[in-house]
Amino acid sequence: MTNEFLPPGLALQKADERIMTLNVGPQHPGSGHMRIIVQIDGDYIVACDPDPGYVHRGEEKMAEYRNYITNIPHLERPVIHDSCNVLYPYVLGVEDLLGIEVPERAKYVRVICSELNRCIYTMYWLAIYGIFLGHSTMFMWPAGDRELLIDLMEKISGARVTHAHFVPGGVRNDLPPNFEEVCLRQVNYFEKRIREYAAVFYDNPILISRTQDTGVLSREDAIRLGVTGSVLRASGVDYDLRKKEPYDVYEELDVHSNVMKEGDSYARSKIPWLDMLESCNIIKQALEKMPKSGSVRVKLKPNPKGKGLNSVYKRVESGRGSLGCHIVSDGKVEPYRLKLSVGSFRNLIALPYLLKGEKLGNMPSVYWSLNYWPVEADR
Amino acid sequence: MSVIAPDFKFSKFIQSLISDVVWFVLIFSLIGFPIIMMVLFFIPMPVIDGELLTPFLAFTYLADPTRTLPIVQSFMMTDMFKIMAFPGFGFAALLAAATIFVERKMLAKLQLRVGPFYCGKFEGILQLMGDGLKLISKEIIIPAKADKPIFWAAPVLFVASAAAFVALIPVAPGWVVADVDMGLLAVFAVIGFFPIVTILSAWSANSKFPFIGGIRALFQMVSFEIPLILSLLGVVMVTGTLNLSEIAASQSSFPWILFLPVGAIVFFITMLAELERIPFDLPEAESEIVAGWLTELSGMMYGLVQLGTYLKLYAFAALFVVLFLGGWNGPQIVPQFPMEIVTEGLELGPVTAKIGGLEPLLTELITPEMINGVLMFVLKTVGVIFFILLPRGVFPRIRVDMLLNLGWHKLIGLAFVNIFIALALVYAGVLGPGGLQ
Repeated sequence: MTNEFLPPGLALQKADERIMTLNVGPQHPGSGHMRIIVQIDGDYIVACDPDPGYVHRGEEKMAEYRNYITNIPHLERPVIHDSCNVLYPYVLGVEDLLGIEVPERAKYVRVICSELNRCIYTMYWLAIYGIFLGHSTMFMWPAGDRELLIDLMEKISGARVTHAHFVPGGVRNDLPPNFEEVCLRQVNYFEKRIREYAAVFYDNPILISRTQDTGVLSREDAIRLGVTGSVLRASGVDYDLRKKEPYDVYEELDVHSNVMKEGDSYARSKIPWLDMLESCNIIKQALEKMPKSGSVRVKLKPNPKGKGLNSVYKRVESGRGSLGCHIVSDGKVEPYRLKLSVGSFRNLIALPYLLKGEKLGNMPSVYWSLNYWPVEADR
Repeated sequence: MSVIAPDFKFSKFIQSLISDVVWFVLIFSLIGFPIIMMVLFFIPMPVIDGELLTPFLAFTYLADPTRTLPIVQSFMMTDMFKIMAFPGFGFAALLAAATIFVERKMLAKLQLRVGPFYCGKFEGILQLMGDGLKLISKEIIIPAKADKPIFWAAPVLFVASAAAFVALIPVAPGWVVADVDMGLLAVFAVIGFFPIVTILSAWSANSKFPFIGGIRALFQMVSFEIPLILSLLGVVMVTGTLNLSEIAASQSSFPWILFLPVGAIVFFITMLAELERIPFDLPEAESEIVAGWLTELSGMMYGLVQLGTYLKLYAFAALFVVLFLGGWNGPQIVPQFPMEIVTEGLELGPVTAKIGGLEPLLTELITPEMINGVLMFVLKTVGVIFFILLPRGVFPRIRVDMLLNLGWHKLIGLAFVNIFIALALVYAGVLGPGGLQ
């Protein structure tokens, strides 16, 4: 097929005899559900064009045809491993629209669920980062240790993934009996396990020499490109929504945001790991401060409606950075418009800048260090 | 039952086999047997030991050990047996298969999982067989624009090169397929074939990822061949021979790794790179270039390349053992055979059990020294293979520029250090003529 039949972004032009165009994806072990069009000169990448959109599911449009409660199960689909965090801004926004006051215990349960989910997602991300660098042990260990926290989430919500546990007005169910003890034990063991990863992965001299000083994103560029989350904090910008715009009970907890100055692949891969340790810390604090009894859910009327023409924008710190949800209500039972603003897509914008001039061998480590989740970016 | 994939029934399969056998026996007994008898009628039969050889007598010879064991012995001394079975292909393929099993189980234990488990009742020991059957039964797909003859030939050439490498390895005194005087040079020559075969396979596939993988393999193998050859020069200097059997025999009192540890380390690292093992598996780097130069190979072509890879792994480990760890030398742990039982026979009450013809086999060919040598060799080789497999669970992959930097800057320098150590040892009179050996 010649270029004229293709849309301009997808045209594979042959610029030079030396330049070879590689289609990394969508059927490639190192791409995920997307395509990266890479032009290489020998071993160097001269141009890179990320091409997402292979798993677009129209979540935002679907939300316009369902009421505020039935929107919950499908809105968590973009990142099933991080489903509590994906639902978090939506639930906060709907509560704002409907004017609901959430019980104190429910807020703590939400924080615990959200931090557990952040760890579950990050472990999955870390497993794939390991296998992208050819480190098969680092694939198996996180994939196995995730089970600890998945079991906890299963105890809370009944489902191993896609919990649909957050509802406007609180959480769906109260914590099971004896949960605090089990949770503390599992989280302590989990923390001990992930500290061991440093010995095999983060302190590994080959890994350090491979990822340090590759794909460097300076502080100014990070702010200019609008990246979020771990990518932003790896470039030396201390911006964690749990600290900057605390939602629910995060202001009562002692949250430490991890910042590194280097802005290279190594820093970007280490920040999520440090975040997991911080998450364990937050879970322990929340378990301590949580009211031991009380309601976890405000009963809503069937088919709740927003009050007149109204809009609300809420955002939370998800596993991949800032995750915002803009809900426009026109007083009907379903939202007039719902817009998810996800961290994955913002981080992907940095990819062409980071990969230009890099070696082909650095492509997987730089690409996956951006904490990018293809399904979330396509929504 | 669907038309595309009819249900496979084991009973039907056995039935069809039995019906084939029945037809064969029927046709043979009705037509073949009378023809043989009629032919025998016209042929004058020889007289052996004063007896006329009848067809019946010829059949009884098969059960007589005094007649069959010498045949077995002479067969074991033929080149065909050596190539196909013992020091050659069969032995190496068996060790390679064991290596694959051990690799999978060991890596699984390292990664806190179970590994192959269900195939073959015990710990998934038949998993490799299952994988092989799967690969054989798969369709071989050739890319439309591939250079077909070369693409077909490359996996076969790869296995052939690996088997040629295996043929040069002495396993026990006198047990080597090709006892070449210039054995080590022949090894270098065979190693030089692998990059050619790789680039042929990669280029003929006419696809981008295999091409990049092939170029990477070429870089890697060529730049690591020089430190590989240089690191082995030390051993040649202290032994004064290129014959691998003589090099192994020269280490009867101590292995060369005690005197040339630098050379051994350099050889081990270059070995990892030549074998494309993690951390040097750039030509097959999955997340960058799919499966590298193996991307377009399918079915048994891929299986052949894997077979060649593991044969090569065995051969390199064996070469390390022969050059640095003393080959078959080691303490004699296999006891002497009870020869009086063999010669006199074993008295079981009124009966004396005696197998005639066993004595020459046990004194000339399968001696306790030979079994002990093979045992020592296999133990050492398995140890070296263990250390080759271990980095796979510990290290990530390195990058091509780091690899070339390591090969050209560091390993060549270390190899020269090793040569100077060997020179110093020879000139100081510690080793060589007048020295310890």
